[in-house]
Amino acid sequence: MSNRNKEESILQLLTQKPWDPAQAELDNLHSGQTIDLSTGKLGQRYIIIVSTIFFCLFIVTYSDRMIYADWQNMPEPLLLWFNTFVLLASSIIFISVQVASNKKQFEKVKRGLLMIGGLAFIFILGQLLVWQKLIGLGYYVAGNPANAYFYLFTALHGLHLIGGLIYWGMTIRKVWSFNEIIVKNAQHTVELCGIYWHFLLFVWLVLFGLMSFS
Amino acid sequence: MAANGYEDVVKGDDAVPALEVQPQELYHAKSFWTRYIFCQDAKVIAVQYSLTAIAIGLVGLVSSWLIRMQIAYPGVIPMDASAYYQLVTMHGMIMVIYLLTALFLGGFGNYLIPLMVGARDMVFPYVNMLSYWVFLLAVLILVASYFVPGGPTGAGWTLYPPQAITSGTPGSGLGIILMIVSLAVFVVGFTMGGLNYVITTLQARTRGMTLMRLPLTVWGIFVATVLALFAFPALLVAGIMMLLDNILGTSFFMPAILEAGLGEQMAYDGGSPILFQHLFWFFGHPEVYIVALPAFGIVSDLISVHARKNIFGYRMMVWAIVIIGFLSFIVWAHHMYVAGMNPWFGFFFATTTLIIAIPTALKVYNWVLTLWRGNIQLTVPMLFAIGFLITFTNGGLTGLFLGNVIVDVPLSDTYFVVAHFHMVMGIAPVLVVYGAIYHWFPLITGRFLNNRLGKIHFWITFLGSYSIYFPMHYLGFMGVTRRYFEVFEGEAFPVSIVGINQFITIAALVTGFAQLVFFYNLIVSVKHGDKAEKNPWKACSLEWQTTEMPPGHGNFEKELPIVHRWAYDFSVPGANEDYIPQNISPSEVSNAQAEKT
Repeated sequence: MSNRNKEESILQLLTQKPWDPAQAELDNLHSGQTIDLSTGKLGQRYIIIVSTIFFCLFIVTYSDRMIYADWQNMPEPLLLWFNTFVLLASSIIFISVQVASNKKQFEKVKRGLLMIGGLAFIFILGQLLVWQKLIGLGYYVAGNPANAYFYLFTALHGLHLIGGLIYWGMTIRKVWSFNEIIVKNAQHTVELCGIYWHFLLFVWLVLFGLMSFS
Repeated sequence: MAANGYEDVVKGDDAVPALEVQPQELYHAKSFWTRYIFCQDAKVIAVQYSLTAIAIGLVGLVSSWLIRMQIAYPGVIPMDASAYYQLVTMHGMIMVIYLLTALFLGGFGNYLIPLMVGARDMVFPYVNMLSYWVFLLAVLILVASYFVPGGPTGAGWTLYPPQAITSGTPGSGLGIILMIVSLAVFVVGFTMGGLNYVITTLQARTRGMTLMRLPLTVWGIFVATVLALFAFPALLVAGIMMLLDNILGTSFFMPAILEAGLGEQMAYDGGSPILFQHLFWFFGHPEVYIVALPAFGIVSDLISVHARKNIFGYRMMVWAIVIIGFLSFIVWAHHMYVAGMNPWFGFFFATTTLIIAIPTALKVYNWVLTLWRGNIQLTVPMLFAIGFLITFTNGGLTGLFLGNVIVDVPLSDTYFVVAHFHMVMGIAPVLVVYGAIYHWFPLITGRFLNNRLGKIHFWITFLGSYSIYFPMHYLGFMGVTRRYFEVFEGEAFPVSIVGINQFITIAALVTGFAQLVFFYNLIVSVKHGDKAEKNPWKACSLEWQTTEMPPGHGNFEKELPIVHRWAYDFSVPGANEDYIPQNISPSEVSNAQAEKT
């Protein structure tokens, strides 16, 4: 159901006079929600906003720290580009999974989700191999601030991805045990998981771009 | 009405739309464990948050007594400088984060938001329950730091590097690690809680409850939570980076430095301690308002209810809360004037700091104007509200001093600063906490707190606080430095500082012990207090309009309330009673001039 209050801007909202009889007539028509989103979606937006602020603050400190004389960029193993491609592929597959989910083609959703999970594990493994290679070359975490940021960014992104994999596991469970009654639930979860997945790709592209081109 | 696209329910001549919020399936507890321990009911979670926060707050209170004893009567309680710094650090951290933040948002937020917006519970009850348990874990980690080798950190509540993690600072081993881990866990727990406070306020309000009909208490808690959403990640980021500096030897914040005592070059190089300060205060200043905004909201409601008058300038009060929230993010460097900064940078932050006084002063004027010609009931909640008004104004005015770079520099790190921040974000919010507890205790327990004990508690607390902090301003003017383990009279300071310090300590002990009166009142009144009838203060907001008091599981009976007016219809001309609750429809109010509102 539409709601008059939803269409108002924040300025219109803040200039209301709740004690005014004319306003009261409008207010009495208010029917609940402020934003036309499910609580699940809004909750996810909240988490994404917190994570975005978190990464933005790290990026601010990165740009501050890199101007000091002791900063020495790290080499960039080719494997990082491969890992980026893997994450990109998983995100693209997720788009097709979301489309299939909307069409209730759950066999396709299942196949897609398994591929996505597999690619995520490959990505994490690939990142660990990058770590191993760099450590083997003598680029230790405490060696230089650039090294420290590289390990920090990859670790934090990896942790977020592991969080995503936990949600992926919940999505798998919902999709595998679905029946007609909870189709909507399964679709909803697939959609939320997909949005988070694309967010993680975006974060990685920003971090990778920052470290590569700064 | 149907032409407007609304499916209306018509009751008499009062049209209301169909509820858009999906009916919430409540979790029904089946055992003692799920009803009182692992409970998903926001009201129980609120009590759990409050009791935990108060319990750890008592540790902070006792710490302050020990600190004061050392300052005024050194040697009476045996302690070395390390123990003193540990007490100071833990006192600050506990009071700001684990007591006030947790109490206002986890305690009052959980109890009041669903009830005041007309919801059955928070929108994510399970996550809400988890948020409490994660908070408890954070508190336990904090407490554990007292028992590790070297004890808790003594770096000051700001945890500035390099000294926070270098040897020579008490608790620079496990103490600081546990402190940071505890804060990180706290932030995670708070994010879970904040998710509920924000989304419940936005999405789960009942019919007719527009944002501009919300009680100011909800506005205060809502905006404070949004601030925390932006501010706490800064603390987390700073904490993670300092943890890595400490454990892995990175140099995010650590410059090239010699080891204290040994004189050897440490492995660090090139890090920026000032960067930590920026991050810390980007969290730290909004944190002041994370505590203050809920207090602003609550005190507005207390003043309005107990003066039997609608809040003066409701819209301005909402604007002020929002504007203060925004401005709080662009003033942080006023905590760093003496850290060394470009004068233009200092000028910018001094300007923004002084600008924040405008919406804040506006709120103070509106509170005073609400009292003006009100039917003031000098109940205990009202006494505490008036106490807040005076104390906050006092602390706010000294903030104007410190906001100016040129005044701040000589006063920096003196007791003037200690007096300022204790008045403005220590005593003032605590007075609101007390006022709120006396006000909502009947709702929570069905009984009143003892009035006589309440008044004794108020007067000792109020006058005691002034006895503690007023003289501290003079100490500050005399240049007496804070954080010193021992301060002697002599060339630097006149002899009078000894007497003043002793007076402050005695006042602190008396005021501190007077809180036992409150705790006695609290414990005894739960079972033996005078029984409260429904809506005993004759308030208009929804939390008092539940069928049962205390409200049962699900808050409201079968039907959620329908809101027809704002929360401040007091003393409406022509109305039979001097208040019209929010859920009373216009057709039920006869003769009132404001019957349509």
